[in-house]
Amino acid sequence: MELRRDVFQAIADPTRRAILTLVALHAMTPGAIADQFDATRQTISRHIQVLAECELLRQVQNGREIYYHLNAQKMKTIADFLEPFRNLWDDRFNKLEAVMKQFKNKK
Amino acid sequence: MERKTQIHAEDGKQDILITREFDLPLELLFRAYAEPELVSQWMGTRVLHIDNRPQGGYAFETKDKDGNVMFAAQGTIHAFVPDQMIVRTFEMAHAGFGVQLEYLEFEALGEETSKLSMQTIFRSVALRDAQMKLPFAQGLNWAHGRLEEIVRQLVR
Repeated sequence: MELRRDVFQAIADPTRRAILTLVALHAMTPGAIADQFDATRQTISRHIQVLAECELLRQVQNGREIYYHLNAQKMKTIADFLEPFRNLWDDRFNKLEAVMKQFKNKK
Repeated sequence: MERKTQIHAEDGKQDILITREFDLPLELLFRAYAEPELVSQWMGTRVLHIDNRPQGGYAFETKDKDGNVMFAAQGTIHAFVPDQMIVRTFEMAHAGFGVQLEYLEFEALGEETSKLSMQTIFRSVALRDAQMKLPFAQGLNWAHGRLEEIVRQLVR
């Protein structure tokens, strides 16, 4: 559940959206991605890490270099308009379950 | 990742079916809908009143810290059968979605597990679709906020 919400938070950031736009064109190394921005490599590296954790980026080792690819499957999840609606109810019901478990233990 | 909550919404129809399995005995699941204290906790809203009987009703309200009403909803209860069923209307104030009719069915799956099936019927297909797309539209607003600016920044 956490993970799926994070996907939306991940793409809420403008720099991260820009990274996705870049990588969508072709796979890139972290260095090549960072070269496209004014921000420090460290900052860009942190953004890449967030995207990779949400599985929006896939890492592929090619010799000594790491290349980042766009995970199209994950992007499709975001494009599915029903998914946020389902997440909303899922969160709500998770809350209900948590509240009632606590209530049960207090009895 | 297990998908406990399922949404069924057929194209061109004006209802939504939401089902969810809970790790809770049936009795506790039903109480989560029946007792004001508990409703308030999981819905995250203030329960102004609940009168659980045919021709009874309920009202919810959420205020921000300055006292402005952020969310208000109310409805009438048509059927209230403990551990089985609630039939009620639901209307969110100032939301433009109209009055919805809700059928909530509760069933035991085992000693410690239960299931809720909730059918919501809207006045029109368009209203149903608008409600379902709302969370998506909010997500998109975050996502596409200033995309053009960023692309401009990128191109050198």
